[in-house]
Amino acid sequence: MLNIYCPICQRDCDETELSCGGQAHLIRRDHASSDKDFYEYLYERKNGKGIIFERWRHVYGCGKWFHTARCTLTNQVFGSYSAKEVQPPKSILATIRRSRVDFKGWVK
Amino acid sequence: MSSRLPQEGSRINREKTVDFRFNGKNLKGFYGDTVASALLANNEMFVARSFKYHRPRGLFSAGEEEPNALMGIGEGPSFEPNIRATEVKLRQNMNVASQNHWPSLRFDFLSINNVFSRFFAAGFYYKTFMWPRAAWKYLFEPMIRRASGLGNAPSEYDEEYYEHIYHHTDVLIIGGGLAGITAAKALRDRGLSIMLCEKDCVIGGRYLEDSKIEERDRYKKFHEKSIGILKKSKDISVKLNTTVTGIFDHGFVLAYEENQHSNKASKKALWKIRAKTMILCTGAIERPIVFPDNDLPGIMLAASVRDYMQKYGVLLGDRLVLTTNNDYAYKTVIELKHRGIDIPVVLDARDSSDNPIIKEAEGLGIRILFGKCIGRVEGKRKASAIGICSVNGEGTIEELIPCNAIAVSGGWTPNVNLWSHCGGKLLWDGECGFYKPDPENTPTGREGETNMLALGACAGVFSNYDIQDHVPRKINQLASRLKIKSKRYIETNVFSKESEKKTKPVFALPHGASKDKQKRMYIDFQNDVKVSDLQLAVQEGFENVEHAKRYTTLGMATDQGKTSNINGIHVLSQSLGKPVDKIGHTTFRPPYKPIPLGLIAGQYAKKLFKPVRKTPIDKWNLLNNAIWEPVADWRRAYAYPKGNEGLEETLSREVLSVRKNVGLLDSSTLGKILVKGPDAGRFLDLIYTNMISTLKAGKCRYGLMCNEAGFVFDDGVVARLNDQSFLCHTTSGGADRVYAWLEEWLQTEWHHLKVFIVNLTEQYSQIAVAGPKSRELLQTFKSIDLSAEKLPFMNFIETNIDDIWVRIYRISFSGELSYELAVNSNQAEELWNKLNKVGKKYKLQPYGTEALHILRAEKGFIVVGDETDGTVTPHDLGMEWIVSKKKKDFIGKKAFSLPHLNSSIRKQLVGILTLDTNKVLPDGCHAVEDGKAIGHVTSTYFSPTLKRSIALGLIENGRSRKGSTLEFEISSKESIFAKIVDPNFYDPEGAKQDG
Repeated sequence: MLNIYCPICQRDCDETELSCGGQAHLIRRDHASSDKDFYEYLYERKNGKGIIFERWRHVYGCGKWFHTARCTLTNQVFGSYSAKEVQPPKSILATIRRSRVDFKGWVK
Repeated sequence: MSSRLPQEGSRINREKTVDFRFNGKNLKGFYGDTVASALLANNEMFVARSFKYHRPRGLFSAGEEEPNALMGIGEGPSFEPNIRATEVKLRQNMNVASQNHWPSLRFDFLSINNVFSRFFAAGFYYKTFMWPRAAWKYLFEPMIRRASGLGNAPSEYDEEYYEHIYHHTDVLIIGGGLAGITAAKALRDRGLSIMLCEKDCVIGGRYLEDSKIEERDRYKKFHEKSIGILKKSKDISVKLNTTVTGIFDHGFVLAYEENQHSNKASKKALWKIRAKTMILCTGAIERPIVFPDNDLPGIMLAASVRDYMQKYGVLLGDRLVLTTNNDYAYKTVIELKHRGIDIPVVLDARDSSDNPIIKEAEGLGIRILFGKCIGRVEGKRKASAIGICSVNGEGTIEELIPCNAIAVSGGWTPNVNLWSHCGGKLLWDGECGFYKPDPENTPTGREGETNMLALGACAGVFSNYDIQDHVPRKINQLASRLKIKSKRYIETNVFSKESEKKTKPVFALPHGASKDKQKRMYIDFQNDVKVSDLQLAVQEGFENVEHAKRYTTLGMATDQGKTSNINGIHVLSQSLGKPVDKIGHTTFRPPYKPIPLGLIAGQYAKKLFKPVRKTPIDKWNLLNNAIWEPVADWRRAYAYPKGNEGLEETLSREVLSVRKNVGLLDSSTLGKILVKGPDAGRFLDLIYTNMISTLKAGKCRYGLMCNEAGFVFDDGVVARLNDQSFLCHTTSGGADRVYAWLEEWLQTEWHHLKVFIVNLTEQYSQIAVAGPKSRELLQTFKSIDLSAEKLPFMNFIETNIDDIWVRIYRISFSGELSYELAVNSNQAEELWNKLNKVGKKYKLQPYGTEALHILRAEKGFIVVGDETDGTVTPHDLGMEWIVSKKKKDFIGKKAFSLPHLNSSIRKQLVGILTLDTNKVLPDGCHAVEDGKAIGHVTSTYFSPTLKRSIALGLIENGRSRKGSTLEFEISSKESIFAKIVDPNFYDPEGAKQDG
């Protein structure tokens, strides 16, 4: 069972308090977008092996959404940050680089 | 014959006898016995039948690795199947029954499987699928179903008390043997919380049992001193009878505590532990050598033979032979010889050994043959003699030696299961012939840090001297790595240095066993997997270890291959001609040992399994004969039958009272979400398909929500309470979903909007007063004027009924003049009773959810979840009018422009009238045209108002089919024909809603 830090409550939470919301930093495509962009927004997800950025909601807690960076191979968590961020903060990327020298950085 | 020795037994109290029953026979044991030791003491050597061939089996071990002796224990509500006899403490009047036989253990009908075993080789089950087709259905499946399964499921509700306990600890030490004890001592006084879990009822592992007579006092003193230190240390908590069964992500650990001391039902607890660092001290498990006829009762692991003798004073037999490949196993025959037991021969697979223990055994007059092994065992239900053969060669018998017990030892396998549960990798140690933890690839924690350390025998360090030497060193290293208070821990080694020659790994003997012998060489006792089965798997192409495992079921029984995995992997390696480290191993998964289902449920059973949500009017509903309907987690009144009414009569009465007089509905479960703030209108415009921001305070508007793909998600009435507050009503089942949906969009997409959302579903209750006499009824409460001018349709007012605050909405889900009264939940019951009392004059009838559904279907109103299924758009429902053309953006807008959502062959909502007016279509039945399904029924009722059957459905291009007749296939033999019409069967002009 994962244990993840909620940046709003500022405390560690068991996975049973949380609900996972899939890939973070999706860009919403509205009616003005192309069909291809819209299709990708609706259905295309990275589902990567290794470092991913994902959304969590502290459902049985503050009820707030936040983002984390996690390695899907080892479940190492590199930190949590606000769901308002449009891309991962520099501090999170630096933490990842410290333990994954081959990390290429965040890709949109 | 097995028997009890006149004295000895460190675990038993000979003063206290315990009566128990085994297969109906009354037997006696001592307090402290396990079921296994008590059975052996009563000469019950044949205690089980194997799973597949129903072969006679006896006790093979004294611990959790036991593959054979699975028992049904207890009676009635305390009955538990598949319990290892070696792990259960004997209790007064305990009922023990062997399993997997019919009619009895001795005369088992299915032991015929053994005679036909060549037809039931590996993969037999899969082959039955293949050919001929009919044989599976009529022959194999019924036969396999009858024969399958281990033990019987309990027939009564489990009365056991199960508890879940949560615990956090800095260090969790798993196993209380020498390594675990030393680790705990070394870690104390450093400001850490330390928990030590030991599966047995005492700590100490094997060092006392293994000691020589001259060492025993010294070791005992050490043991007592250690226990004293653990007891005294406030930072160490020791949990006995607690088995760690699983290691999960981020140091989450499940442990199973079984307190067996009480004479009544035992207490069982599931510990949910979060540990920062885990220290694995799980020791090792003795493994057998595989030889022909090795599964007969009377054959046991060498150390277990000694355990029964030293701990329980029980002797497996008085003429015992040992077959081994290591020096350690000689301890067993030496101890036996000291007690005057006849040891006719020891067969050692090695060429020689210079360990002093060999000299000691020889000195006692024990005959030792090197390079020899067992080539055959005589006996039908019990071993009675062995045939000696050479380890090399096909197994020609050189000499036959009568005996009544056989001890076997193929060395020890580190118990690495838990290391593997959460990502730890294993290394093959070719010299010793086992897998051990790879210190370079450990399980890791949340920050990617190593969070497990393996010490002692589970790490491949076996001798007590070496353990006492390496554990303090490793703990000191750990302390400096974790930067915890690091005072160096030094301990004087009390153990004698042993000159032990390493085990020569042998697995199946004799090496050149003939085909006939291979069929009698059992690797996995519980699933009856033989050497020949693994060879067959390889021959049929299942060469990967994971494939071979599944094809033969090796290691897949309840013992998870604790005694068989390594032997199996080795036989596989030989059959493939590949070294073991090249074929790999299967993955160990939780649970380490089986845990009861009741333990996982804990206290969340019966009423607590899923608590029922009840409305404030529930008590009245209950007292008034309500039939219940589950709606999400709620229970709602489906209908209120009176006297001898049939259900149809009840529904008819309830519906007609709304159409003719007035009805009362408990609609408290309706979702109510308050959306508040300067940007609330803007936010709701993005959420709903229609315009909400233009709504005036005091007015209501029906709204529809879609998801981004354009499919209907929820619907309900929105009321604007004031400039900045909207109360959004949702479906009863959708309230929590919609609330989460609104929060998600607000927090993650439109977080710049100043909006606050609260789910008020339980704060307000709602009562619908519906029917032509509803206005009259409500106006009897003098304070309120509900004239059409004062309260027009889709408006609301706030007022009091007597002293009760109410918000009265003039909305209608039935097509009749109707009001819905929102009330603070604590006053809902009072208001409900008032309305009922006053309503008598107007022939008021409470109605349930089914009448509600009939009333709305007569009007063609949709229900989200009936008329929609997640693939239905507003256009499909004929509700284009609710999709705003003016709004720049809202959820779903893009999707509505996509061609496939505007295609004319999409299924569209229509009304359906059967030609035979009395025939009600089955819900969900399909309309067929030219042999193709073109749509289905979504709601179907007998309408009491129209006195005929009505239905709603989604039909391909349905709107253009109005007037035509379609065939609805209700079975392969019967169809119902029906006309497609407009989905509004009652008062299409809407004249009734004004009363």
